[in-house]
Amino acid sequence: MSLSNRHLLGLNGVPKEDIQLILDTATTFREVLERPIKKVPTLQGKTIVNLFYEDSTRTRISFELAQKRLSADTINFSTSTSSVKKGETFKDTVRNIEAMKVDMIVVRHKSAGVPQYLTRISKANIINAGDGLHEHPTQGLLDMYSIKERLGRLEGLKVCIVGDIAHSRVALSNIFGLRSMGAVVSVCGPTTMIPFGIESLGVKIFTNIDEAIAKNDVLNVLRIQLERNAGTRIPSLREYHKYFGITSDRIEKFNKEIVILHPGPINRGVELSSEVADGPYQVILDQVTNGVAVRMAVLYLLGTMH
Amino acid sequence: MKIILKQVLILNPEQKLNQKSDLLINDGIIEKIDGLNETDFKSSKVFDFDNKVCSPGFFDMHVHLREPGREDEETVETGSNAAASGGFTGIACMPNTDPSIDSAEIIRFIKEKAKDHLVDVYPVAAATLARKGEALSPMYELFEAGAVAFSDDGVAIKNAGVLRNALEYSLNFGTPIIEHCEDESMAEGAMNEGLISTTLGLPGIPKVAEDLVVIRDIMLAEFTGGKVHIAHISSKKSVELVRQAKKNNINVTAEVTPHHFTLTDDLLKSYDTNYKMNPPLRTRADIEAMIEGLKDGTIDCIASDHAPHAIEEKEMEFIFAPNGIIGLETELSLVMSELVHKKHLTISQVINKMAINPRKILNIPIPRIKIGEVANLTIFDPDLIWTVDVNKFKSKAKNSPFDKRLMTGKSIAVINKGKMFFEDQFTAI
Repeated sequence: MSLSNRHLLGLNGVPKEDIQLILDTATTFREVLERPIKKVPTLQGKTIVNLFYEDSTRTRISFELAQKRLSADTINFSTSTSSVKKGETFKDTVRNIEAMKVDMIVVRHKSAGVPQYLTRISKANIINAGDGLHEHPTQGLLDMYSIKERLGRLEGLKVCIVGDIAHSRVALSNIFGLRSMGAVVSVCGPTTMIPFGIESLGVKIFTNIDEAIAKNDVLNVLRIQLERNAGTRIPSLREYHKYFGITSDRIEKFNKEIVILHPGPINRGVELSSEVADGPYQVILDQVTNGVAVRMAVLYLLGTMH
Repeated sequence: MKIILKQVLILNPEQKLNQKSDLLINDGIIEKIDGLNETDFKSSKVFDFDNKVCSPGFFDMHVHLREPGREDEETVETGSNAAASGGFTGIACMPNTDPSIDSAEIIRFIKEKAKDHLVDVYPVAAATLARKGEALSPMYELFEAGAVAFSDDGVAIKNAGVLRNALEYSLNFGTPIIEHCEDESMAEGAMNEGLISTTLGLPGIPKVAEDLVVIRDIMLAEFTGGKVHIAHISSKKSVELVRQAKKNNINVTAEVTPHHFTLTDDLLKSYDTNYKMNPPLRTRADIEAMIEGLKDGTIDCIASDHAPHAIEEKEMEFIFAPNGIIGLETELSLVMSELVHKKHLTISQVINKMAINPRKILNIPIPRIKIGEVANLTIFDPDLIWTVDVNKFKSKAKNSPFDKRLMTGKSIAVINKGKMFFEDQFTAI
């Protein structure tokens, strides 16, 4: 079994079989992570560059751990300044790195489309670790893995993504991935945070958070970007919390089982109350562990393709 | 020197000309139309242009020449060469140079650079100093030095009060204000806002950002009696607004670019920065509105918005890449392929929109095909099939999304100021 594409640029258009294969492979690696010696020789001799043009802590660490546990040689290139300011073009940077003979590039960038662009200027396998407001496919995959781990399936589940959908790459990857696995996906948030035409992707919109809680099995709660939104798309974080924050009171009103995901880092008291963030419904730290397994699966499947 | 254009189809709706004739040009002046004798043929260089259309020289009223400031991208000379190659004998160049065209010295600098070229170059000056939208540029002096219009192109004149003053002040000398219609507070995107931008994760610019400024400008044109010309119109609603304004006899005109009646935003799926422009590529419904507007006269003319960029600047991460594409050398062919051969416009209508109307808007004399007049002509083959190759362009820049595209229709030659451009060469005639 192998994947149908030698890059992972997003989950849009990725066939169900590929997603299934990644999730199944991740189960194997999840087991490896519980061993006393958490390392396998699968990617020995492969060189992977983590090309991070935007600040990231957990995604970069997660990828790096996944690479080390597969015995690959990894190099980190991190810069928060854009190539424009840096004086060397992005293309020149990539070609220099490529000239040192690398097999795979994991890329995060502020601009959507950079992973696609990389496939045109590099021969390496490209993995998107988040591009602009576009996609973050390994996050989508680890979210699906975590939901499946908790509820045993994806098909037929009702999943609502809550928060700033318009400025989230996590939302799109979840929408594409979950829908292709047969889940029913919806979004909920202030209308200023719901992007144009999202219904055309087969997504229902909830305008009221209580209704979203009542009618869904899973809530994937997104981080509200403090600096980006206060005063423009929402009047204040206080008001956001009041009308869209997930609190124990809100959940307990409905007396039902619900699974809560969050891609991190959490703004406690904004999108999630602390009780919920640490409570029985959330799988937030499982997501982090699963993230390593899922990324190992992706790296393994792409790194061993012929 | 005498040349003969043999058996050309002379078309000029302005003079009601539609005839197949031999045309004798002597030292750049039209000497005979038909009635040529054997001596004429013996003493002239004869160009067999059987069935090629001969019209008054085409004029592109929206060109970025980049000089002064970015001569690495384009100069007055290379841009004029590209214009000649694309079938134009005249262009208007926009003021967003560095420094911007906001002083008479810069107008004179450009006109000096252009004076010996076949292509007439008419500068459009900045409406406000340094295009900042605050203080008016010395408009009267700029007009006297040769500015044919005023614009802060790249952006709209931000402040309604400043635009009002620019419109009123320009009434003294009759020039239009050319507006890049876009509300700045909604324009921080990289493509058209819609389902495609949502799917691609690129920040969008909604059409209403254009419509809002179009309606503001129409209202100010009505209020002041000044002339507003809407540059590169791209939204369906804006076309409707201009249509209504014209019905109400408001002084408003509009242009559309070939890419806005040819390409749609779904092409952005490739993240190819050659599809990044401002206004952004819109949707199929907008294209249909552009064509409808061209047909019923709402849109007066076609202009390229020729915007040269260095390769290294355009080949960049999408959100950092500059807007715009070059267009002078594909414009006529796209008009033929997309409008004439698809039966939306007749060739006479095209001549109106590419030779007559732009000059009328800018108060520039319209060339006449008449004995005794200077030969200012475009000769083109509406049916010639060819493939675009950006490496063969006369422009310094190569940022065109039309590279490798099969086109029908092409300019064959242009004649102006006693010069001819034919088969890739300029010659004195």
